[in-house]
Amino acid sequence: MSILIFTELADGKFKKSSLEAISYGSKIDGSAPVVLAVGTADETSLAEAGQYGASKVLFSSQEQENIMVYSQALLKAIETTGAKVIVSVKSALADAVMARAAGTLKAALIGNVTELPDTTNGFVVKNSIFSGKAFAKTEMKSEVKFLQIKKNVVEASPEGGNATVENFNFAADAMGSSIIETQKASGQLSLPEADIVVSGGRGMKGPEHWQPLLDLAQALGAATGCSKPVSDLDWRPHHEHVGQTGVKVAPNLYIACGISGAIQHLAGVNASKVIVVINKDPEAPFFKAADYGIVGDVFEVLPKLTEAAKAL
Amino acid sequence: MKILVCISNVPDTTARIAFEDNNTKFSKNGVQYIIGAYDDYALARAVELKETHGAQVTVLNVGLADSEPQIRKALAIGADDAVRVDAEPTDSYFVATQIAAYAEGKGFDLILMGRETTDYNSGVVHGMVAAMLGLPSFSPVMELTVEGSKAIISKEIEGGKQKIETAIPAVMGCQEPIAEWKIPNMRGIMAARTKPLQVIPAVGSALTGIINYELPPAKGACKMIPAEEAGTLIKLLQIEAKVL
Repeated sequence: MSILIFTELADGKFKKSSLEAISYGSKIDGSAPVVLAVGTADETSLAEAGQYGASKVLFSSQEQENIMVYSQALLKAIETTGAKVIVSVKSALADAVMARAAGTLKAALIGNVTELPDTTNGFVVKNSIFSGKAFAKTEMKSEVKFLQIKKNVVEASPEGGNATVENFNFAADAMGSSIIETQKASGQLSLPEADIVVSGGRGMKGPEHWQPLLDLAQALGAATGCSKPVSDLDWRPHHEHVGQTGVKVAPNLYIACGISGAIQHLAGVNASKVIVVINKDPEAPFFKAADYGIVGDVFEVLPKLTEAAKAL
Repeated sequence: MKILVCISNVPDTTARIAFEDNNTKFSKNGVQYIIGAYDDYALARAVELKETHGAQVTVLNVGLADSEPQIRKALAIGADDAVRVDAEPTDSYFVATQIAAYAEGKGFDLILMGRETTDYNSGVVHGMVAAMLGLPSFSPVMELTVEGSKAIISKEIEGGKQKIETAIPAVMGCQEPIAEWKIPNMRGIMAARTKPLQVIPAVGSALTGIINYELPPAKGACKMIPAEEAGTLIKLLQIEAKVL
């Protein structure tokens, strides 16, 4: 089976989640996938795809993240490789790019895939639906199939191997769109990619009280998130909002500080492997979804956690 | 200006998720349905644009007759007319095909919808519709203004945002804070009763078929740690949970 992986780059390298997608692709039927990388990166970083099972990397150097151009790159790469299964991670960028390519090719697309496809009888994938509250097993019937895997369901472990890197050119058409300005927080851990997330809710009492939470995040090497009321009140930027209408995270560890656990918030975090809840209200609904809980004042608990984390 | 707003009819966020017929069908029993949370933002922005720029706002839903209360609600919020494509919205491709088939040649300047539906969370219908119609697409769009034949948008990207100028027509997947959700008033509700709601047949067929559904395993009990001994949590996370 010819398999193509649409990957994402950050700081000149593959994102961790994209390495997971490459690993996933290499395990579908054992054949080595081809990787498409669009953006900015150097050849050494791109060749890293080989360690995760890729045979070749097609690299298109693009200064700006334009969805129309990225999806044309993907379509051209599908045409060049004759790929029948296209894999990416589930992310806002991949959603936009994969959707345009699948729409053009009249192909089935399934998102939030959690396991390798079952090819014993047709092509059946399992995916998470209802924001993690259920799973579906679905047969994909089109000749070309698009799969977007959920972050953190596949282990990306380097196993050696080399990939050749080829520059990849195509006729790009921004379709009348131009990017005027890009604002990106630099030097911060990416929230959707993070292994550990420390999040704060209204129980943090105000933006000026965020330091203890930031201290714990720093000690753990964690990204920071927040609840919807906190971003609505502008205590924290919108891109930190975790929940049904914000970022959906799937870290190994999610620590919620002063968040009561409204169902809309849970929808954004229930894919986390381990959930810790710190809240002064023992009746907070979040404790029902948690693995570990502490009933107490966040401003007393957080410094203790930070101290213990620094001692690790 | 002509705006098409596509809405999904989805179970309320608090709905209990259950399946029937040997786990092959979602159980609608006792489930309250709503307009998808993100679609509500798209609708609200379309109605705002109608108020400031003047626009004909058409709302489209792919769904069975039980979607009609939600379609009427969209009309009560301020859409002018509605279309229901009479079919179960089985997969993203199928839904996108219906929207593209309806919109083709009708001269919509903007096709708006939520960034994703809150049931299947795929987030790809807008991109597919745009590809089928040969239009640019953007998602998730957090701000949208229209100036003549151009739109200026602010789109969320990982860790930040992009400001983009684009030619319209265009397709957009919307999310907060593009507009405040609107609640229909009595006048709107009365007016909605007589606004046109056209029912049209579906075209084409889905590319996927559900084999079955399953629920995740039940969550174990939460282990409580006394606040005075908070530091011990870190050791538990390292040794017991193995996440540090």
